[in-house]
Amino acid sequence: MRARLPWQVLAFLLPALLVYTTFSALPLVDTLRLSLYSTDEAGRQHLAGFANFHTLLSDPRWSAGFWNAMVNNLKFFGIHMLAQNPIGLLLAALLSLRGVKGAAAYRTLIFLPTLLSVVIIGFIWQLILSPLWGVAERMLGWVGLSSWFGPWLGEESSALITLSLVSVWQFVGIPMMLIYAALIAIPEEIIEAAVVDGSSPWRIFWRIRLPLILPTLGLVTILTFVANFNAFDLIYAVKGAVGGPNYSTDLLGTYFYRTFFGYQSQVGSPTMGATVATLMFLVILCGVAVYFFAVQRRLQRFTF
Amino acid sequence: MRNNTSPALRGGLVHAVLGAYTLLALFPIGLVLINAFKARAAIFDDPLALPTPGSWSLIGFERVLSKSAVPMFFGNSIVVTACSLALILLLGAMAAWALTEYRFPGRRVLTLFLAFGIMVPIRLGTVSILELVVKLDLVNTLTALVLVYTAQGLPLAVFILSEFIAQIPPDLKDAARCDGVDEFRIFFQVVLPLLRPAIATVGVFTMVPIWNDLWFPLILAPGERTQTITLGVQQFIGQYATDWNAVLAALALAIVPVLLLYALFSKQLIRGITAGAVK
Repeated sequence: MRARLPWQVLAFLLPALLVYTTFSALPLVDTLRLSLYSTDEAGRQHLAGFANFHTLLSDPRWSAGFWNAMVNNLKFFGIHMLAQNPIGLLLAALLSLRGVKGAAAYRTLIFLPTLLSVVIIGFIWQLILSPLWGVAERMLGWVGLSSWFGPWLGEESSALITLSLVSVWQFVGIPMMLIYAALIAIPEEIIEAAVVDGSSPWRIFWRIRLPLILPTLGLVTILTFVANFNAFDLIYAVKGAVGGPNYSTDLLGTYFYRTFFGYQSQVGSPTMGATVATLMFLVILCGVAVYFFAVQRRLQRFTF
Repeated sequence: MRNNTSPALRGGLVHAVLGAYTLLALFPIGLVLINAFKARAAIFDDPLALPTPGSWSLIGFERVLSKSAVPMFFGNSIVVTACSLALILLLGAMAAWALTEYRFPGRRVLTLFLAFGIMVPIRLGTVSILELVVKLDLVNTLTALVLVYTAQGLPLAVFILSEFIAQIPPDLKDAARCDGVDEFRIFFQVVLPLLRPAIATVGVFTMVPIWNDLWFPLILAPGERTQTITLGVQQFIGQYATDWNAVLAALALAIVPVLLLYALFSKQLIRGITAGAVK
């Protein structure tokens, strides 16, 4: 670490800062600014204070769609927390047991779906769950459950859950990998000391290993949160921008897209789009803030 | 899993769970791959059967390749991903070097400014990014995508590369400095070559999201000639949804290159994700 002529530092920093500021930081700030403007019929923008937010949150023509997308997004996140992360934890715990043959192969294969495009995964599951093709129905038939089968993606009551589970299926490899890395980083001596004390593997997992990987579980939670509240591709690929049937799979990402670009009879509005984006930004910011100030600070005390 | 269960039973249980989940992870992908090579009747008669000489058909691939420009989509994706990755690595390494090697006023603020971009998705600025791209007359160009993806990938790359740069032994740099080598040559000739192992890690975290992205191609470059493979496949399937041969072939074409790359680089990739914890 040394003090140098500032122009040298500047020359190293400037290209990255220029691209990042121009195409990421400034557009974000500008989006926040745009949310305070409204567009009149002639397409001119003028300052409107918090009018857009008021419209979005309380005018029934807008707010019904917005709150619906928000609630759906919370369910989407909830299903990921209840399914993706516990399954990821279970797989990681099994993989990190000593002497599991082929652990590397399992790890590699289970991670594979995360590398494919969400669009591709969406289409694949659409085919599998299609009543026309009948693959899912036939396989349920093997275990005598073919009567369970229904057009899950097409029904209002089940479409969101089905799509959430498709997303869980695809991304379970990420928590698995992060948690696995944290588990095997625990020093052997700690585990051995517990073994010598006569603790069962079950007890060692819950009382020693789990508390030690809490920071990783916090990280997994915030990564899931940000990714879920930013999700768009899967819904768009499978259900289009309207998040059908009857908006039951509409998430903030698809709502943002429709507000900004318009869809069918709805005319797009950059300023209302910016307002939706600003609210999404605030939601994500809250999540990140909770993570840093509550979770991360407390958990760091337990790290080794 | 109490102590009293026999180790053999426990091992069997572990393999049963892991094996079952592995099957679940691979089955949908395998299903698409085997049916992409079958005639329409065979796809519906027995979806789970492997293609036989009787059911073998490449009609789906012929249709995809004749009706859409898949090779061009691949070309676009490769250009965008490679250019973005190269820029992210070069600019990211330069910035990471400046932030870790030198002490200067505003260093902490700049680090925080960049760190902000790790957590906040760049998509939220889309309204203004589109305005900017329109102003620069870059709509429907791959340049627009490269610039946006570079901005998207830089914060995390700087963060990762800083960790790598901090591990470079100071002796190397000091020896060069004693010989009077200037700072630029130290960076480009001593430091940059040492960062080669970091390429895998940075690559995992930046390449996969860029290659798979639908959002920015859809908004910034939806034109026929600039579609990436993800957007191209999405549009093709939207258009020919009832042609099962073509849909399955399009999906297979999108999957196979990723499978091949993963087969070659899975070890480096997993090491990259787990930050070296997995040997």
